[in-house]
Amino acid sequence: MKEDRYMELDFHDITVNPDLSRREFLKAAGGGIIILFCIGEESVLEAQRGGRGYPEDFNAYLRIGADGRVTCFTGKIEMGQGIITSLVQMLADELDVSLESVDMVMGDTSLCPWDMGTFGSMSTRFFGPPLRAAGAEARVVLMELAVEHLQIPQDRLVAENGVIFDKDQKEKRVTYADLAKGKTIARRAGAKPALKTPSEFKVMSKEFLRRDALEKVTGRAKYAGDIRLPDMLYAKILRPPAHDAKLKSADTSAAEKIEGALVVRDGELVAVLHRNPDEAENALSTVKTEFEVPSAKVDDETIFEHLLANAGGSNVVAKGGELETGEKLADTLVEQTYFDGYKAHSPIETHTALATVEGNKATVWVSTQTPFRIRDQVAGALGLASENVRVIVPFVGGGFGGKSPGMQAVEAAKLAKATGKPVQVAWSREEEFFYDTFRPAAVVKIKSGITKDGKIVLWDYSVYFAGERGSQQFYDIPHHRTASFGGRGNVHPFGTGPWRAPANNTNTFARESHIDIMAAKAKMDPVEFRLKNLRDERMIRTLKAAAERWGWKPPKVAPSGRGLGVACGTDSGTYVATIAEVEVDKRTGHVQARRVVCAQDMGLAINPEGARIQIEGCVTMGLGYALTEDVHFKGGKILDVNFDTYELPRFSWAPKIETVILDLKDQPPQGGGEPAIICMGAVIANAVYDAAGARVFQLPVSPERIKKAMTIRHEVLAERGASL
Amino acid sequence: MAEEISFKLNGKSVTVTTDGRRPLLWVLRTDLGLTGTKYGCGKALCGACTVLVDNKTARSCDYPVRNISGKEVLTIEGLSRNGDLHPLQKAFIKHDALQCGFCTPGMILNAYSLLHQNPQPTREEIIRGMEGNLCRCGTYNRIIDAIQSAAAEMKGGNSK
Repeated sequence: MKEDRYMELDFHDITVNPDLSRREFLKAAGGGIIILFCIGEESVLEAQRGGRGYPEDFNAYLRIGADGRVTCFTGKIEMGQGIITSLVQMLADELDVSLESVDMVMGDTSLCPWDMGTFGSMSTRFFGPPLRAAGAEARVVLMELAVEHLQIPQDRLVAENGVIFDKDQKEKRVTYADLAKGKTIARRAGAKPALKTPSEFKVMSKEFLRRDALEKVTGRAKYAGDIRLPDMLYAKILRPPAHDAKLKSADTSAAEKIEGALVVRDGELVAVLHRNPDEAENALSTVKTEFEVPSAKVDDETIFEHLLANAGGSNVVAKGGELETGEKLADTLVEQTYFDGYKAHSPIETHTALATVEGNKATVWVSTQTPFRIRDQVAGALGLASENVRVIVPFVGGGFGGKSPGMQAVEAAKLAKATGKPVQVAWSREEEFFYDTFRPAAVVKIKSGITKDGKIVLWDYSVYFAGERGSQQFYDIPHHRTASFGGRGNVHPFGTGPWRAPANNTNTFARESHIDIMAAKAKMDPVEFRLKNLRDERMIRTLKAAAERWGWKPPKVAPSGRGLGVACGTDSGTYVATIAEVEVDKRTGHVQARRVVCAQDMGLAINPEGARIQIEGCVTMGLGYALTEDVHFKGGKILDVNFDTYELPRFSWAPKIETVILDLKDQPPQGGGEPAIICMGAVIANAVYDAAGARVFQLPVSPERIKKAMTIRHEVLAERGASL
Repeated sequence: MAEEISFKLNGKSVTVTTDGRRPLLWVLRTDLGLTGTKYGCGKALCGACTVLVDNKTARSCDYPVRNISGKEVLTIEGLSRNGDLHPLQKAFIKHDALQCGFCTPGMILNAYSLLHQNPQPTREEIIRGMEGNLCRCGTYNRIIDAIQSAAAEMKGGNSK
């Protein structure tokens, strides 16, 4: 099933082979995207084939208007991650036009080339190469047209800012606009042209501010909920009090009597519509309902037992040596279990859609990360052909993986069809918390062993329910095994799905906490211990860069009382090393992060300024899952319904954040929107341990857990003291 | 019950005829078509719907429209005058102090009110004054920098 493949892909780490030489990379990118894929390539290709794949014709990606402005078309969407700037940089450089002359059309299924969706930090890595190739081919074709137009040999012509001119006689010139005249260019380049090399970049790898900022600071930027159509209605839909609750009866008679209110019942779907959303909500509140709610079998305390009891088969992700041999070589064995609860995405914009259905055609404006998938879902729900449904994605007010499902679009489309009017469905915050596909709760069990001199010789790692992305360890360990366990059937009491760097936050928390515990057992400084056990050059370089920026000295064994933590990880082809300093109030357990340094090897950074903003965002957002975020529930009833109990990071939480982006322009670009968030759970847990000697094995590292861990430590110390 | 409510909106007099108990947010967004003010939580917990009523911040999702009768309301659409951006808007652009942009109008208006009361706030005062506004993309540090830089510019006589 196509749809499920998307989800599964999210939980895999899909990387571009970093070992391809620069020349091979260029050749590969110029000749199409196919041979760029290395690990996980089959999955991406299969999903690409399931749709239409990226088109060969460069006209699908760009259009040169008669006024000289260039329009870039992409099925990707802008949700804050900044591709509205970085994709333009790529196209502008290959095409030899100015950044300012390019307009973006994003996420419009009628205008843009088919795309799987905006997730997995794939925009730059997988859409970038065909976009650049399209720009490069268009430039070559325009040059050929200029040769004919100007009757000047090509070796005398130069292209710059959308103008081709004779390098010796600049007045002999022709503009792209005059050559293309706003039309599709039928000519193709004989061979796929090579992409530009870093020395030829004029805008790539340079710093640019966001191109959508003016719209966003003036309130002119349109999100799905801001689209207005004549006679549109706002729908509020009857929701169950808990997942799996069955509607027994709904008495809508009072709502029907309210002036301007329209009640629609379509099987389980009960909605009240009004020309004002608040009045639709008031009318819905008059509906008398009876639900049959199944008894709660599990809650946020008992969930981990439940998960382990329902674990299904495992998939061995990585393996080497013999675990038994490793155990024999070890002088100290460390065995530990780590826990992570459910997390909400909580974008400030809730799921929203506006649909209009006329005859056999539908148009839907949706806040989504997957416009083409939503198009197919809406078409299926309305019994229309996919090509008769147009999905348009305006600016999206945050996604983080939570806006891949688009139930609200199908609801809006059904109601538009039922009423014959344009209908907006915009979820309330309560609905957002209820239908969010949470980051899954998960358990990680690790058994490891170290020698007397601090060498890791055994690594037996089992992750349950998080997924395998980021589960592979990258230390130099001779005897290791990593296994990922899924569940049998529906194990979670509600929907779960990808959450910014899916699976990797949980896996990195467990692995890097465990590495720290071993470092302390080996009486070694946590940075030194990692460096001693690393052989991967990229990780060594990244960790050293972070330590250098931090000024990591002198080496000390944790808990040093300084409140310093370190964590490393890889995601979407990017290497991350993070160091943090925290202050722990030992009386209340409150944690304040003071300073965070995050170093990243992300290959070529298309827009280093954009990459830095993403790192800062990851660090800040990551403090939430590290310190407070945890969804409370009882069976299918979600107890957190707003930001009063589900606590997001605030202004006062933000530490000083310093970013280090390694200068690797000659390497293929890697992921940027997700990687930096993966280290935040572990780096905070490790810093808290260093500050207070309190080791917390469960996310979030909450005040209660810290205080409990401190009590345990005092007891252990008291026992030791007594025995001395 | 529908009633007539007159007030000043972004410098212009307006009258709406509607149920006075309705939240200002929805009257702005639907009746008046000003969609720059956003819904985020509906319970005055996130600040996305922040507008100014007589230069003080109001959470419009939790503010009966009746209460603005005779007052002056400023929304994000009214902040720039004659095409000139307010120093705060310019500073948000210059510092890249936004990502998805959904919380941005509320952030800017909250900062506007903060600077109105305290034209030269310290970093700590900015944090305290902005604490009730949530940004899920995590741009807090850049917003603080932007507010400081706008305050500096406005001190130089560039405020309106």
